[in-house]
Amino acid sequence: MSEVIVITSGKGGVGKTTTTANVGTGLASLGKSVVLIDTDIGLRNLDVVMGLENRIVYNLVDVIEGNCRIKQALIKDKRYPSLYLLPSAQTKDKSAVSPEQMKKLISELKEQFDFILLDCPAGIEQGFKNAIAGADRALVVTTPEVSAIRDADRIIGLLEANEFEKIELVINRLRHDMIRRGEMMTIDDVIDILAIPLIGAVPDDENVVISTNQGEPLVGSATQAGKAYLNISRRVNGEDIPLMEFDKSITLWAKFSGIFHRV
Amino acid sequence: MNRFLSLFKRHSSSHVAKDRLKILLISDRTECSPEMIEMIKKDIIGVLSKYMRIDVESTEIQITQTKNQERGNRIPSIRANIPILELRSK
Repeated sequence: MSEVIVITSGKGGVGKTTTTANVGTGLASLGKSVVLIDTDIGLRNLDVVMGLENRIVYNLVDVIEGNCRIKQALIKDKRYPSLYLLPSAQTKDKSAVSPEQMKKLISELKEQFDFILLDCPAGIEQGFKNAIAGADRALVVTTPEVSAIRDADRIIGLLEANEFEKIELVINRLRHDMIRRGEMMTIDDVIDILAIPLIGAVPDDENVVISTNQGEPLVGSATQAGKAYLNISRRVNGEDIPLMEFDKSITLWAKFSGIFHRV
Repeated sequence: MNRFLSLFKRHSSSHVAKDRLKILLISDRTECSPEMIEMIKKDIIGVLSKYMRIDVESTEIQITQTKNQERGNRIPSIRANIPILELRSK
């Protein structure tokens, strides 16, 4: 049984591509066969985060237009032989692909892979509709900021309208120090507002920038973000992994500071 | 002493953010303008006033989200708090 998961957020720049790259690589490290599809046509990103930008010959639009076979467009990862990337086209625009074509492509990929991860473009237009068309599960990425949460709420509404049954939340870029001062919403605050189950929280970690510079996802490394992403990958894979110490300490601190605010 | 207490009372920006979001998302989710809610409120008061005397000043009409128990998704619902001053039983 393969699972098709769309990684989406509404707002740009909250970490969809980073999450796709790390969760995908994490699942591959757990022995699963995984394909990552960059559905952001015209603004290709996932290839550089994965460090595979020099190996692209064909892309998603080539496959859909029949210029090549699927196999020819899939790029094998540098580290994990069970991980593949289907890159997006840089020169076309979103109208080059329709939701029906995406569904057909995904149903063919389902025969080969355990997990199909779709990196969704920002916004709620054509690109979003293409990305969610063939998916049956969604990870909504947000940061603890008003604008990102508002957009995430809109996206959740649209996913519910499209009858998604499994919608889970990733809270990205949490800052322990700011939460302690009461200057950043806590994990509980965000869950309370968005009312969907949490699948993981990722601390704001400069190592994410470093790993993107190098084109190597940091999942599984000894860094805070690396540990958080591996935990998310395990939970996506169906394992029951409790929240990290980091997450717990934040919730605890929130309770402490809450006492003072109530005075 | 009061000044000292106000240090603790100071609204942290995370609380401000949460409060703003809660209000913002109610109108986002329902696509219901404050004017329309005001009109609904007026009509409800009009209908109820035929049967009882109500406290118009403290009447509150809100559109909120409740969780659908069967499907687990959120659905909008109207919550009204209408104090009755006098029941006109005939």
